[in-house]
Amino acid sequence: MINYIIRRLLYAIPILLGVNILTFTLFFVVNTPDNMARIHLGMKRVTPDAIVKWKHEHGYDKPLLINTKVEGAAKLTDTIFFDKSMSMFALRFGQSDDGRDIANEIKTRMWPSLAIALPVFVIGLLVNITFALLMVFFRATYLDFWGVVACVVMMSISGLFYIIAGQYLVSKLWHLVPISGFDYGANAFKFLVLPVAVSVLAGIGSGVRWYRTIFLEEAGKDYVRTARAKGLSEVRVLFRHVLKNGMIPILTGAVVVIPTLFMGSLVTESFFGIPGLGSYTIDAINSQDFAIVRAMVFLGSLLYIVGLILTDISYTLVDPRIRLE
Amino acid sequence: MMLAFKLDILLTDKLIYVLLAVIALLVWRILRHEHLRAPWRRVAQSQAGMAAAVILIAFVAVGLLDSVHFRHLLDNGGKGERQYASEVLSLLDVAAAPLRERVEKTYSAPFAAQLYAKETIELPGGRQVRDFPRLKYGGAHLKDPERERGDDIQSRAAGSLSLGFAVWAVLATLCISWLARCWGTTFLQALGQVARGESQVAWRAVLLTSALVILVGSLAAGLCVPYHIFGTDKVGQDVFYHALKSIRTGLVIGTLTTLVMLPFALLLGIVAGYMRGWVDDVIQYVYTTLNSIPGVLLIAAAVLIMQGHIESNPDTFDTVAARSDFRLLFLCLILGVTNWTGLCRLLRGEALKLSEMDYIQAARAFGVSHWRIISRHILPNVFHIVLISVVLDFSGLVLAEAVLSYVGVGVDPTMQSWGNMINSARLEMAREPIVWWQLAAAFAFMFVLVLAANIFADAVRDAFDPRAGRRMSAKVLARLRLGGAHE
Repeated sequence: MINYIIRRLLYAIPILLGVNILTFTLFFVVNTPDNMARIHLGMKRVTPDAIVKWKHEHGYDKPLLINTKVEGAAKLTDTIFFDKSMSMFALRFGQSDDGRDIANEIKTRMWPSLAIALPVFVIGLLVNITFALLMVFFRATYLDFWGVVACVVMMSISGLFYIIAGQYLVSKLWHLVPISGFDYGANAFKFLVLPVAVSVLAGIGSGVRWYRTIFLEEAGKDYVRTARAKGLSEVRVLFRHVLKNGMIPILTGAVVVIPTLFMGSLVTESFFGIPGLGSYTIDAINSQDFAIVRAMVFLGSLLYIVGLILTDISYTLVDPRIRLE
Repeated sequence: MMLAFKLDILLTDKLIYVLLAVIALLVWRILRHEHLRAPWRRVAQSQAGMAAAVILIAFVAVGLLDSVHFRHLLDNGGKGERQYASEVLSLLDVAAAPLRERVEKTYSAPFAAQLYAKETIELPGGRQVRDFPRLKYGGAHLKDPERERGDDIQSRAAGSLSLGFAVWAVLATLCISWLARCWGTTFLQALGQVARGESQVAWRAVLLTSALVILVGSLAAGLCVPYHIFGTDKVGQDVFYHALKSIRTGLVIGTLTTLVMLPFALLLGIVAGYMRGWVDDVIQYVYTTLNSIPGVLLIAAAVLIMQGHIESNPDTFDTVAARSDFRLLFLCLILGVTNWTGLCRLLRGEALKLSEMDYIQAARAFGVSHWRIISRHILPNVFHIVLISVVLDFSGLVLAEAVLSYVGVGVDPTMQSWGNMINSARLEMAREPIVWWQLAAAFAFMFVLVLAANIFADAVRDAFDPRAGRRMSAKVLARLRLGGAHE
């Protein structure tokens, strides 16, 4: 087990290295530091001196890959690639364009993101599994049929519609909760209810349909027929047999997203004015702050890979047939 | 002969034509082979699937009309070099010229005869009052809008509905008499068979849905000229026209993305599964790496960089349309890059399974070349996976466009798209009374297209997925008979 985890961790390094090289190519080779300086200083009437100064202030005035001006190991370390790209492995993300430390921002902003994403994840999972099990319980009846129809209709509605309609109805018409904003501590509740409810609702359509397929496939297997043949009640069959075995494919989809919950949701956070990582990213995109976007790309990949490893480990916990070697 | 216009085929237009050619080739192939026709016959039997297909065809027709672009010849008295207008128009723009040209001053509600905001109006006597001014075009034919408008809309609606019904009745009669000739029955027998839903192809669903499409279309066509049926936007342009123009953007993103990523996914997926060894390792490494980057962020990064590139080289494109078109194509490309990994993994798994099959082992033993095995023996057997994932991806991509435009990394802001419509309308949510019609139009169009695509995708998956057939025995299917919405 420990051996396996170590091997998986080692395998993650080349992938992260690949991500790193890809973002480096995108952000520094395709889009040169000169270009970046020009975007920030205004496209027209920018003097070469101003570009040099901007690059020096932001540390972009080093050679890209190999520094021939210095000796020894510094040849490789005193470069943009090492300074800006490789340093992300040590979770040093440098400064954003307005001079703040990105790593620090991430530390404070991930909690509001988590405050939305974690309830959405847990409640969403419970709601989706409950509805899916209900539909499997009533399978091949009109309840099941109209349930599927409702799912298809709900998943055909744009996610933006749920947010806009929710804000209009609940906040503007009924004045139940504030339209947007955030507060820490117990006050956070009234700001969180609406975004969480809207996000759960928006995910029901595709989620329920997906889980229903999994449970139906499980319910058609021989051991389920055996369970029924020996006289177990349908409820018992569903909960003790179908749900338990259906959890294995559900875990693949669910565990992998747990680490990425920190990243928050771009759209929800910016609509509801939550000061999390999602709105941080969207602000960075709008102000063309490449340093933040680069940091978020790396962080996202890192968390995704952690999620993959967690998925593999959780398999062994729920499915004794799988042994990691 | 002096042509009064010059064709100005945009990049995405060309790719759409390529896509049409590919589809035509596939149709021709499928028609010649019975085993390829069989699953499509199952699609044709599905009532829900055929109804969705009719609606999709209506959308595609509008999108295709919007994909033939040209520029008008400028009138310079026949002297000197011929010059063309810098405005690029499409066939749809010409057909919807009354919609395009009837621009009001600012917002107006659907079917309104007056502007949304009060203004100071000068009366003939020199007095000034603050009131809602009349629109220049919307309801301009009415003397007293408050009293006449309801009746006018009703009578116009009734007129265009009956015209639409007549058109549909003629088409339906032609269709049924053609069916009667094919089946060798009388017209009434054929009519009865279709009405009872006893035909092999779900003609009843086709005819009923096309009735709906034609009626809605004629209603819109009849009312959109005297009124603004979805209102006008901030600069007074007709929202219905915007929504129609956005159809092409949605379709392009939904289809071209798949078209550009398909060759990579097919080639890499099959080669990885078939060759194995280090080739497999390298390809798996590439797609795991790409897959681990959050999609939205990769798209954002690429689009930001492309934007910077266009801004620093403003002379690359000679028209605004060409620039926004390039940006649309780039968005398709980058969406393709983030989307191909899923299909690639599926294809790898399938190729891995297939290459163990006896017939492929036999082909190898006979010394058939790798390339020939892949193209003759593996490719046709993974085709259903490709098809299912293509139709399943479509609706997700259409919805993704709106979100990406909201994030600020979607299509060019000058391009009409549902995402841009929602984005610009969102800022007006705080107004009182609320400006809802832009949002309503964008969401309604998007919903109908995506719903039709989802239902059609289900029908295709049910027909092509060999697992679905095995999982559900004929007896269960007969008991269900629920019309194709089941898994």
